[in-house]
Amino acid sequence: MAPSQGRRSKFSFMTDVSLLFRPAEAKAAGRTEPFARTGEPMVTVVADVSRPSEVSGSRANGLAWRSFILPWLLPFGLLLVWQFLSATGIVSTAIVPAPSDIWEAARELTARGELQRDILVSLRRVAIGFSIGALGGLLFGVAVGLFEPLHDLFDRSLQMIRTIPHLALVPLMILWFGIGEEPRLILVAMGALFPVYINTVGGIRNVDPKLIELGKSYGLGRAELVRSIILPAALQPILVGMRYALGVAWLTLVVGETIASRDGVGYLVQNARELLRIDIIVVAIILYAIAGWLSDFITRLVERRLLRWHPNYADRVKA
Amino acid sequence: MSGASISLRSVGKSFAGRTVLSDLDLDIAAGQFVSVIGPSGAGKSTLLRLVAGLDAPSLGRIELRATGQKADVRLMFQEDRLLPWRTVLGNVLLGVKGRRDDAMRILDAVGLQGREDEFPVGLSGGQRQRVALARALIHEPDLLLLDEPFGALDAITRAAMQLLLEQLLKARPRTVVLVTHDVEEALLLSDRVLLVKDGGIARDLIFDQPRPRHRGDAALATLKEELLDGLLTAERDVAAVA
Repeated sequence: MAPSQGRRSKFSFMTDVSLLFRPAEAKAAGRTEPFARTGEPMVTVVADVSRPSEVSGSRANGLAWRSFILPWLLPFGLLLVWQFLSATGIVSTAIVPAPSDIWEAARELTARGELQRDILVSLRRVAIGFSIGALGGLLFGVAVGLFEPLHDLFDRSLQMIRTIPHLALVPLMILWFGIGEEPRLILVAMGALFPVYINTVGGIRNVDPKLIELGKSYGLGRAELVRSIILPAALQPILVGMRYALGVAWLTLVVGETIASRDGVGYLVQNARELLRIDIIVVAIILYAIAGWLSDFITRLVERRLLRWHPNYADRVKA
Repeated sequence: MSGASISLRSVGKSFAGRTVLSDLDLDIAAGQFVSVIGPSGAGKSTLLRLVAGLDAPSLGRIELRATGQKADVRLMFQEDRLLPWRTVLGNVLLGVKGRRDDAMRILDAVGLQGREDEFPVGLSGGQRQRVALARALIHEPDLLLLDEPFGALDAITRAAMQLLLEQLLKARPRTVVLVTHDVEEALLLSDRVLLVKDGGIARDLIFDQPRPRHRGDAALATLKEELLDGLLTAERDVAAVA
């Protein structure tokens, strides 16, 4: 009896954390004592809800706090600290310009129309290059994933080409195409192609054979099997590939524009370096960050819509 | 139309040199409900997959006969195998064109009215198997093959599904072959019970107890004991060999 009594007391002691800190109050509120006296029944209140809980006002506020304010706390806090360090001269503005200087630089560039023009040029390059690369990766991936002979014919070669870092081709591209539009678009497209290709092939070849067997036993023809079972099943890895490819596309663009360009955000950086305008360089870096975050946000919206049946996305069960 | 008849002649099946079924002869009449029981690994599911045409026998001949047309066969598995990216209605309509009204009627019959636009992710195990059942039945198959369809369900849901299956078959009789581990389930539902053991049929039992049957029926209880004994000796034999 004695040892079991001891265990029970310890258990209640651990559950009721408030007792650790405010024994007097807890006793006053009529709760159990941390160490029950022998023979007395012991009640541990696990939950006591007197009102059905809908999303109350305070909880809704809590959600707003969690999803909107909390993620921005760190960036804005850092910004304040940074401004303070620059303003007090602890960090020289010749090395790192103050946030206010950067804001000024951005406004100056906007006023001259340079910023808008360079952003549009870069966006256009990513959009065109990514579209070509992702579409190519998707088509190639579907073909190689579905047809065994094509897999045997192409997969080995493509896997070999994939291992070449595509940025190593920059000098070659410049020699072949000069510093026109083509080398950048080709590089961005190459960067986007392989992630989509690999994930598409993998997604198609890893479809649950049980579902394929089901489709066959329910009389689906080859085309219907691909449309109803194989492609939907491969959709998630394909979208993962697309998201990754978008990141690679931005990275490729930065390198491409920094090395050889007459416009675009990369050129902005390059030009600023020659003029020793650190503030403009930081503006460009922030632009890349915003662009990356935005494109990730958009792909996640697309994923949420296309994969709404998936357990990980099924916050809305109705179609 | 009351289903297809099945005939197997000297059917054998081996996987990589290991014989699972050998020299099997079996006739199943149209409209009969046959349960196949047996120890794990005895070849119950293999037998079902051969009849379904999912696997080819290593030897022998399997024939299905239906009146007037090619026998339509549908299979239900232990896992529901619902397509997660299709709604309940979309799953029922797999391989069927433009029969929305029939699908709604069948969903009604399996107790899923009003759930047709949901994705499977929100359904319970029992509800998912109901969708799978509706998907099999919309084809009005001459032969319904069930591979332990209720094996993964809890006892209460399983009893409800057995009742549902019995009602649906009473309304539209067809040939059914049910593979199950549950001797009681076999005796509750079927006209005939086959005990598969050592690659062959060890017992072939016609059970014509009137329906509806109850778990407490004396005849059912006696047979259950007897069949369980048969199963246990088989399991012991397997253990002895191993």
